[in-house]
Amino acid sequence: MATEPTPRTRKAGAFDIRLIIALLTGVYGIVLTIMGAAFTNDADITKAAGVNINLWAGIGMLIFTALFVLWALVRPIRVPEEEPPAE
Amino acid sequence: MHVLAAANLRLDASAIDYVLLAFYFVLVLGIGYLARRQVSTSLDFFLSGRSLPAWVTGLAFISANLGAIEVMGMSANGAQYGLPTAHYFWIGAVPAMLFLGVVMMPFYYGSKVRSVPEFMLRRFGPAAHWVNSASFALAQILIAGANLYLLASVVNLLLGWPIWVSIIIAAAIVLTYTALGGLSAAIYNEVLQFFVILAALIPLTIVGLYKVGGWSGLMDKVTGSPGGAEQLHSWPGNQLTGFSSNFLSVLGLVFGLGFVLSFGYWTTNFVEVQRAMASKSMSAARRTPIIGAFPKMFIPFIVIIPGMIAAVTVTELMGQNKQALLDGQSAPSGATFNDALLLLMRDVLPNGILGVAIAGLLASFMAGMAANLSSFNTVWTYDIWQTYIKKNRPDGYYLNLGRIVTAIATILAIGTAFIASTYSNLMDYLQTLFSFFNAPLFATFILGMFWKRMTKAAGWSGLVFGTASAIVVFVLNETGTISLPGQGASFVAAIAAFVVDIVVSVVVTYATQPKPETELVGLVYSLTPKSTREHSTTGDDAGWYRNPVLLAGIALAITIVLNIAF
Repeated sequence: MATEPTPRTRKAGAFDIRLIIALLTGVYGIVLTIMGAAFTNDADITKAAGVNINLWAGIGMLIFTALFVLWALVRPIRVPEEEPPAE
Repeated sequence: MHVLAAANLRLDASAIDYVLLAFYFVLVLGIGYLARRQVSTSLDFFLSGRSLPAWVTGLAFISANLGAIEVMGMSANGAQYGLPTAHYFWIGAVPAMLFLGVVMMPFYYGSKVRSVPEFMLRRFGPAAHWVNSASFALAQILIAGANLYLLASVVNLLLGWPIWVSIIIAAAIVLTYTALGGLSAAIYNEVLQFFVILAALIPLTIVGLYKVGGWSGLMDKVTGSPGGAEQLHSWPGNQLTGFSSNFLSVLGLVFGLGFVLSFGYWTTNFVEVQRAMASKSMSAARRTPIIGAFPKMFIPFIVIIPGMIAAVTVTELMGQNKQALLDGQSAPSGATFNDALLLLMRDVLPNGILGVAIAGLLASFMAGMAANLSSFNTVWTYDIWQTYIKKNRPDGYYLNLGRIVTAIATILAIGTAFIASTYSNLMDYLQTLFSFFNAPLFATFILGMFWKRMTKAAGWSGLVFGTASAIVVFVLNETGTISLPGQGASFVAAIAAFVVDIVVSVVVTYATQPKPETELVGLVYSLTPKSTREHSTTGDDAGWYRNPVLLAGIALAITIVLNIAF
């Protein structure tokens, strides 16, 4: 094999901090959206000054999640390999 | 001490809120557990932080700072003083972060100074190191108390238990959490809590604004409330500083808060600086605090505005209650400004998003307190115990000692939590501490870095006299010899500490022998070769959008616009 000029790297994968953030906001987003869409009564809406805040916050979080996943996919973090230079 | 439960101030959390809360802690502890189980290169990468890109370190940098103390303290301040609180961001933090990135970071990164005590030891020898380590350890315990008290007040609001029971329960939770999760969970927690806090505060601000009738509704209500229209403009901020003269007030803000307190906090706070040190190049290290400055500018809108809304809509804080608190008495309702954010959450957030808010607050107290405990542990075990008391023991000895020290520190923090609980606005407490500990440290640090003649004796004596003079100002203000009701006393104390530190250092320096220049290479600016302070502009560091100075200029321009607009 010809020697590669670039250093050996691999993707950070599931431990990419952006994916962990996305996991958290994704789960919260789904729960809040469902709460807002199906389990919100008038008392809740009156409490929040007429805004269905669970629904809107849930949708906001899902959009945020999608952007973070997209970012992590488009620009993955490259981790330098820690192997000893045996060759 | 006030007892919230007596006034029936309770957060009405339901099962779904507890589920969201539980999910958060399962996630954080789960990652911490995986981190310890398998030695993964990727994970190792994030934990030890070798060669991180600037956006990751920037994120860690800002997350380490936006803890619950900041959120609760700034919203309490917003409730009490209104928009002048924004000075903490626009005069304080942002310029200081830019200064750190542009001026200080090349020196730190180039000279490889890793902590303030380490710098003190190498620059001024053991005496200054001792003084600095001891005062740092004390400061950490006092700040941990503030975190613990806030954590307890959330437990108190959730479960309705008396505050002293809540404090002890909260301490037990923190100890369990640090024992279970360890350092690895703590680092993920720090970044994650930032996002959960944002996810809670943005909806809270939006709903709050709807409730008061939008921006103009808020303006009208604040104008009509105790404190009045003065709370709607950031300058000159007389209520905040306690000076009746506009000129003195502006001077106190710019020099006391802006220069001494904030520059001191950001340039000597190595909890934050170490985040930047983990970046992969000098350029990335310089960009770290500058990238952090951009979100920092807009944080006031989601912490101060909810505080202001709380002060005009929450029954327990409105009208005569606010008036009584502004006059330095306790409110008839038993609430304090520290409760502003929690009470607003109780009033406007329905179940669901309420759970997110509770998770965010609890997570950030945990992160804050875990950071205080680990800093205290490191300084006490390695800087004090290993260096001066029991040298040359095996590693296991110090590790065990570290565990015991963490437990002792938690118990001490219970004590300081009771001190913190006597303040109706925690920001007063924190700024007082910063004036004692950070202001003199900044003076000694910056003088020692730029002035090569400064001697060993000047190092420790400056610190001692600086701190002493801040304490004198504090005592004079407490006993009523001088009277500054706002946070002006802390600003004056900080200025006094800074000036006294410089004067003492200069006088002592001329009376004693300087260190030979060969021992100061890499520790003093003029003796550090220029090449170690420069950064590359090729490869990953190429492009105008990666130029630290240009980025800092853009950040500064936006900050100036914000200062003029508000």
